[in-house]
Amino acid sequence: MKKLWKGNEAVAEAAVAAGCRCFFGYPITPQNEIPEYMSWRLKEVGGHFVQAESEVSAINMVYGAGGAGVRAMTSSSGPGISLKQEGISYIAGAEIPCVIADMMRAGPGLGGIQPSQSDYLQAVKGGGHGDYKVFVYAPASVQEAADLTFKAFDIADKYRNPVMVLGDGMLGQMMEPAEIPAAIDPATLPVKKWAACGHNGGKQRVLSSILMNPDDLEEHNRKLTRKYEQMAKEETAYEHYRTEDADIVLVAYGIVARICKAAVDMLRQAGIKAGLFRPITLFPFPYGQLVKLADGGVNKFISVELSCGQLIEDVKLGLYDSKNRPEVGIYARVGGNVMKPEDVADYVRKGKVSSSWIK
Amino acid sequence: MDQVVFRKPKLLNDTPMHYCPGCTHGIVHRLIAEALEELGEYDNVIGIAPVGCAVFAYNYFRCDMYEAAHGRAPSVATGVKRACEDSTVFVYQGDGDLASIGMAEIVHAATRGENFTVIFINNGIYGMTGGQMAPTTLPGQKTTTSQQGRDPKEHGNPIKVCELLSTLTGPAYIARTTVTDVKSVRATREAIKRGFTMQKQKRGFSLIEILSTCPTNFHLSPLDSMKYIDEVAVKAYPLGVYKDIGLIGEEKKQ
Ligand SMILES: Cc1ncc(C[n+]2csc(CCOP(=O)(O)OP(=O)(O)O)c2C)c(N)n1
Ligand code: SF4
Repeated sequence: MKKLWKGNEAVAEAAVAAGCRCFFGYPITPQNEIPEYMSWRLKEVGGHFVQAESEVSAINMVYGAGGAGVRAMTSSSGPGISLKQEGISYIAGAEIPCVIADMMRAGPGLGGIQPSQSDYLQAVKGGGHGDYKVFVYAPASVQEAADLTFKAFDIADKYRNPVMVLGDGMLGQMMEPAEIPAAIDPATLPVKKWAACGHNGGKQRVLSSILMNPDDLEEHNRKLTRKYEQMAKEETAYEHYRTEDADIVLVAYGIVARICKAAVDMLRQAGIKAGLFRPITLFPFPYGQLVKLADGGVNKFISVELSCGQLIEDVKLGLYDSKNRPEVGIYARVGGNVMKPEDVADYVRKGKVSSSWIK
Repeated sequence: MDQVVFRKPKLLNDTPMHYCPGCTHGIVHRLIAEALEELGEYDNVIGIAPVGCAVFAYNYFRCDMYEAAHGRAPSVATGVKRACEDSTVFVYQGDGDLASIGMAEIVHAATRGENFTVIFINNGIYGMTGGQMAPTTLPGQKTTTSQQGRDPKEHGNPIKVCELLSTLTGPAYIARTTVTDVKSVRATREAIKRGFTMQKQKRGFSLIEILSTCPTNFHLSPLDSMKYIDEVAVKAYPLGVYKDIGLIGEEKKQ
């Protein structure tokens, strides 16, 4: 049944529905409703909530609970996600499933609390030390935030890898009608034989990321890379909007993609053949779709983002494999400012292709 | 008929340890395994190893083990304990791990009264990285980053963990011991056993600090290292029970 949900609370309830039974958090705006909701909700289903002393501690609690086989989660925003990076690297290295929600705010430093996409590169390129990847979902509505959070737990378990739900202050704070996926009973999930949860019948299980022998560590990295390549093959998700006959394609994710949809409609009304390409997974990034669009004749791509040129890096990376050389530009607002559909449409109408967001 | 009077405790693997000659890490590993065995704990024990010389502790203990990031073992244990409430969980940490980079984690685990047992190896130095100054290095003690000896004016003062944590309400049992002779080894085993018993009775957080040796970085022989603990270290870090709320079924202590 559809109900009016606040983005953050929909994420929290979807996690509970997915069988999340341990949540460890620390207050930071604009994601506070997630730990607040979990603090009372998990008790109702026999789960655990701990308000940690820091994000550093919270992510390590996730390491422990996730390592013991329980579906575990934490959430934060920019400054707190930075602090979690050490733990995320260890979790990826030790191959422990978990879900992390990042409701992005504007940076750098303490920055501000308004919506932003300035954690893009940190989220999709690893973020912490060492070669590893976090699987990243970028929901564009409250409904999708709920659906992808639910799915995130399955992906995390399937690949034994951290999965991030990358939203922003607007998505977290806004209210929309949404239906939370039907709850599952975590007892019905497949047993995780690798989990270090005691009662091991004399068979030791070790969760660790230390491998001192270079050959062993190289093999471990090979295994991780294989996993990331499998994710790219099996899990890449995206949406095309009016791209079939488009000359110009806007590339945007999350809430910005919704703004761009309206911009595309405006442009179409004005007779400009515009379309929108929306990556739903940011890692793995749907590079292949960009190539198809470019090979099919799209001659202009505009990265529309709430960051100073982060998404555009992946747009360009994808287009490298096209036999054509389309123009690539950027339109961005940052610092907590959000563009209007008219702003995007105006930019496209003027025919500009900026290589820098300030030009 | 021959009788076995001494053997490896069941929770220890029969494998050579990598610790330097005269290092007390190995003794303490054994005492943990013995204490657990005496309590009948075998297959439902979970250990959290630190970053430090004990990083490979999972090679020695037979139980399920986690290798935590530097200083974060108490947080990992907090998560583990939520997921496995009936498991006996121990956290093993050095003084750099616990009292420097992991100070926030240990204080908050203690004040939450987390129901697990911390084994704290205080050797007053960073062993694994090659003998740098630790938060517990004594005034005057020479290390590779305090080569003229620790000068409190320049380097600050050592941290006393038992004293500090025993001011909190959360902990159930806090004690400091050594393992320099038969008597102190036995006392340490009893202290560790008491810590685990607190946990089994769900009394809350327990921590046993063991004044330990690092002959390699003390630049002392194993015997002189033991002497150093008995004659110098114990003066700065007095032995004893710092907190004990008593076990269930026991006459109230103090
Ligand atoms: C974040 C981080 N910083 C620094 C290190 C390097 N490091 C490894 S062990 C160690 C010190 C360990 O000393 P201690 O906890 O006293 O244990 P010991 O080796 O003496 O048993 C340090 C600083 C690390 N692994 N991670
Ligand atoms: S360096 Fe020191 S603490 Fe580490 S194993 Fe050797 S003696 Fe023990």
